[in-house]
Amino acid sequence: MNKKNTEYLINRKDNQYEVVIGLEVHAQVLSESKLFSSSSTKFGAEPNTQVSLVDAAFPGMLPVINEFCIKQAIKTGIGLNAKINKRSVFDRKNYFYADLPQGYQISQFKDPIVGEGKVILDMPNGQKEVGIERLHLEQDAGKSIHDLDPQNTFVDLNRSGVALMEIVSKPDLRSPDEVNAYIKKLRSIMRYLGTCDGNMQEGSLRADVNVSVRPKGSKEFGTRCEIKNVNSIKFMQMAIEYEANRQVDLIEEGKTIDQETRLFDTKKNETRSMRSKEDAHDYRYFPDPDLLPLEVSEKFIEELKNDIPELPDDKKKRFIEEFKLSPYEANILVSDIDIAKYFEEVVTKMGKNKDIKLAVNWITGELFAILNSKGLEISQSPVSAKNFAILINLIKNGTISGKIAKTVFELMIDGDKDPQKIVEEKGLKQQSDPKALEALIDKIINENREKAIEYKQGKEKLFGFFVGQAMKASGGKANPQLINEILKKKL
Amino acid sequence: MSDITKQSLTELVENIKNKKLSSTDVTKAFIQRSEKSSELNAYITDDFAPALDKAKKFDQNPNLDLKLPGIPMAVKDLFCTKNVKTTAGSKILNNFVPTYESTVTENIWNEGAILLGKLNCDEFAMGSSNETSHFGNVQNPIDKNLVPGGSSGGSASAVAGQLTPITIGTDTGGSIRQPASFTGIVGLKPTYGSCSRYGIVAFASSLDQAGPMAQNVKDCALLQEVISTYDSKDSTSINFKRNHYSKELTKNIKGKKIGIPKEYRVDGMPKEIEDLWQKGIQYVKDCGAETIDISLPHTSYALPTYYIVAPAEASSNLARYDGVKYGYRAKGENLIDMYEKTRSEGFGAEVQRRIMIGTYVLSSGYYDAYYLKAQKVRKLIKNDFDEAYKKVDAILTPSTPSSAFKIGEKTNDPVSMYLNDIFTVPVNLAGLPGISIPAGHDTKGYPLGLQIIGKAFDEQNILNIAFAMEEKINFKNKITDWWIK
Repeated sequence: MNKKNTEYLINRKDNQYEVVIGLEVHAQVLSESKLFSSSSTKFGAEPNTQVSLVDAAFPGMLPVINEFCIKQAIKTGIGLNAKINKRSVFDRKNYFYADLPQGYQISQFKDPIVGEGKVILDMPNGQKEVGIERLHLEQDAGKSIHDLDPQNTFVDLNRSGVALMEIVSKPDLRSPDEVNAYIKKLRSIMRYLGTCDGNMQEGSLRADVNVSVRPKGSKEFGTRCEIKNVNSIKFMQMAIEYEANRQVDLIEEGKTIDQETRLFDTKKNETRSMRSKEDAHDYRYFPDPDLLPLEVSEKFIEELKNDIPELPDDKKKRFIEEFKLSPYEANILVSDIDIAKYFEEVVTKMGKNKDIKLAVNWITGELFAILNSKGLEISQSPVSAKNFAILINLIKNGTISGKIAKTVFELMIDGDKDPQKIVEEKGLKQQSDPKALEALIDKIINENREKAIEYKQGKEKLFGFFVGQAMKASGGKANPQLINEILKKKL
Repeated sequence: MSDITKQSLTELVENIKNKKLSSTDVTKAFIQRSEKSSELNAYITDDFAPALDKAKKFDQNPNLDLKLPGIPMAVKDLFCTKNVKTTAGSKILNNFVPTYESTVTENIWNEGAILLGKLNCDEFAMGSSNETSHFGNVQNPIDKNLVPGGSSGGSASAVAGQLTPITIGTDTGGSIRQPASFTGIVGLKPTYGSCSRYGIVAFASSLDQAGPMAQNVKDCALLQEVISTYDSKDSTSINFKRNHYSKELTKNIKGKKIGIPKEYRVDGMPKEIEDLWQKGIQYVKDCGAETIDISLPHTSYALPTYYIVAPAEASSNLARYDGVKYGYRAKGENLIDMYEKTRSEGFGAEVQRRIMIGTYVLSSGYYDAYYLKAQKVRKLIKNDFDEAYKKVDAILTPSTPSSAFKIGEKTNDPVSMYLNDIFTVPVNLAGLPGISIPAGHDTKGYPLGLQIIGKAFDEQNILNIAFAMEEKINFKNKITDWWIK
């Protein structure tokens, strides 16, 4: 492991600074209904159509814990290799805001549902372990809309009461790249578990980013600033970069860093102060008397453990062992549960005599290219795993060449067509009859006498010319391997 | 028919079932008396015309198998009632009409009762005299310018004044038992978790409990039987086997052990209260029960503990009244300004005082010294009762340290007002059931109550003891109808 080359440091005249980052990720629990009410959580509904009396905090309304959300949080905890707390407490976090109907957010303060855990990141220079401090459940607030009217603010409570998991990391991250890998890994784990869809555009995953800097080699942490509510990995990286440099500049100028909450302005690419430590809210946390402490049994946790699917780390290990993939290939395939699913289905559908390496190359090459160009997720792939497997087998057993396969693949996209049928209908089957090919090659050599002589005299480059001519004459269908063999013999 | 309103609930149910009276007769009688009793100011909102319609409808096709067949009743204005204004005695909910029904009132209507109206109470149930209500004082039917107690003052006044045969109140620190004691009626605060809190405007969630108020113990038992149900909509509702309290009611309490806690003999307690207590001890013995001196050593800490826990929870529970979604809204320059004006204008002085106390004790730096410590003391208070109940089946105490006082007498002295709850508050802190029964009069002829405290979920036992004592005491409330012209 060569750490020096990839270490992220901020350099000034005589000094080098290390950046220390901790993340508080807010992940929306994948659930039909909200954390304490039966309202729907569906994204994109008309404003205030998914609001119960509980969500709008009407007098006398009481929260009732949604057991499914508890299960989701525990499963996520298991996925983060974390300690599951059998007893946890819901607290009230008190503050006033127009989109917070109760005047408090129900959260977990002293006794979260999930304790310490860890996540393994695959970095170019090896693996890196990031500690998880805790995971707790809390309600989301509603949404204030300030730009619809010059005089008034509108409030949409559809999101009010939706369950969030706040996943707090230890200050173990050291670079924007590690943050990128960490968020992707968290998202991957939660998508495997089905506990969060990880959709950052819809706000299902967002983070508060804690940044501090310290001279390289120092053991003490510097004063940190918290950048609130950043909703894309790219913005997180930009914010960290800006903020770390800002802090380094302050230190270099002999100034001190104030502990404060900052906002990232995505348009100006800078962070700015939102409130200082002195202005920090006093949230007056106390246990919510409407809810008894949450107690879960060992059996309850065990049953959830049995329900945990194979997670990315284990899957990667298995792919390497079972399919002889490189760690790099395995990483790509396991990074997203839908890619892994697609790959495994292709492997199954290819049957006995399969070429996994070829399938991997085609998935990461042709398939990804098509998905990228069409802006599709693999779950929306225009080519089903079944037909994809048939295509790979057609290449493998010599029915078509890799080149023809690309043509076939393009024809498959429109309506997920069976490649076998395409090959038959279009007559794209590879010519592997040696006699026919010999005749074809004889004809080409005859027509290009001079070049054949030049080749014999040592201009070996011309071999490619003859292959090209042969392929062209066969309409691309000639078996390239056979062409090679025959040409070598004849020239 | 002029004596209809003098009848107890049990008698009215019997007369309706025997078809001697119709629901219309009964409803009309209570409406008429209520209309003549406006000086008591017991109602905040009446629902008389719809009530009469409902009574007529009931009579057309009476279901006499119900427990409260066609019985009209008014309820404390802390219970949310569908399509009927619910104010909690506050200006901030002056215009609030719920689209939903509290579980407790739903249970009542399901048993055939008919809503007469919403009864006055201290604002958000914060008070011991009904003087903090935005809708004005309530008069005690016992005497002019006498408080009915609080916070269920309108409820107590309405039962004692026979404006409603029975009612329900809520009790956070004594708000059923103290006004019951001040007006000469019976009031039960059930075990925490016995009656659902769903749809009741919250004051202090870990202490609030709805309960029946009635003219006698049997009526109280019947109403408790109706309102106490397990409710999955309230996470603190407890699923335990509930008795048929009225059917199982018995005066046979022979051999029961009744504890007499020495710590309830407080400094400066009037001699007439001490005398009443002694008389109570004698009544219990006359019924064949045994009294045992016990100690509840942390009693003196109950009041300060309560005045930390209850305001803390209240400060948070009342945060939702912000002018944004419903209720009163004052105009403001911006959001913060709107909040400040809405809440300054919408809440009365006592509510504001408690919000400030509650906010203070939860503040960082003070939380451990106040709120956390109070929770620890609360546990000790509960332990005291647990210890005592190893030796006794129930505990007998006075309900209040004095009889009803004059309107205005204590409004400028909140601490002396708070002291009213000294005997009732420990029961809420421990989550236990307690019942107040009228047991005598003071020298001015004002009623005085005795409190029987039970084990958790042992409502039947304290109802039985109350039932047995009631016969021995043979209390007669001195109601002169002074307010009816």
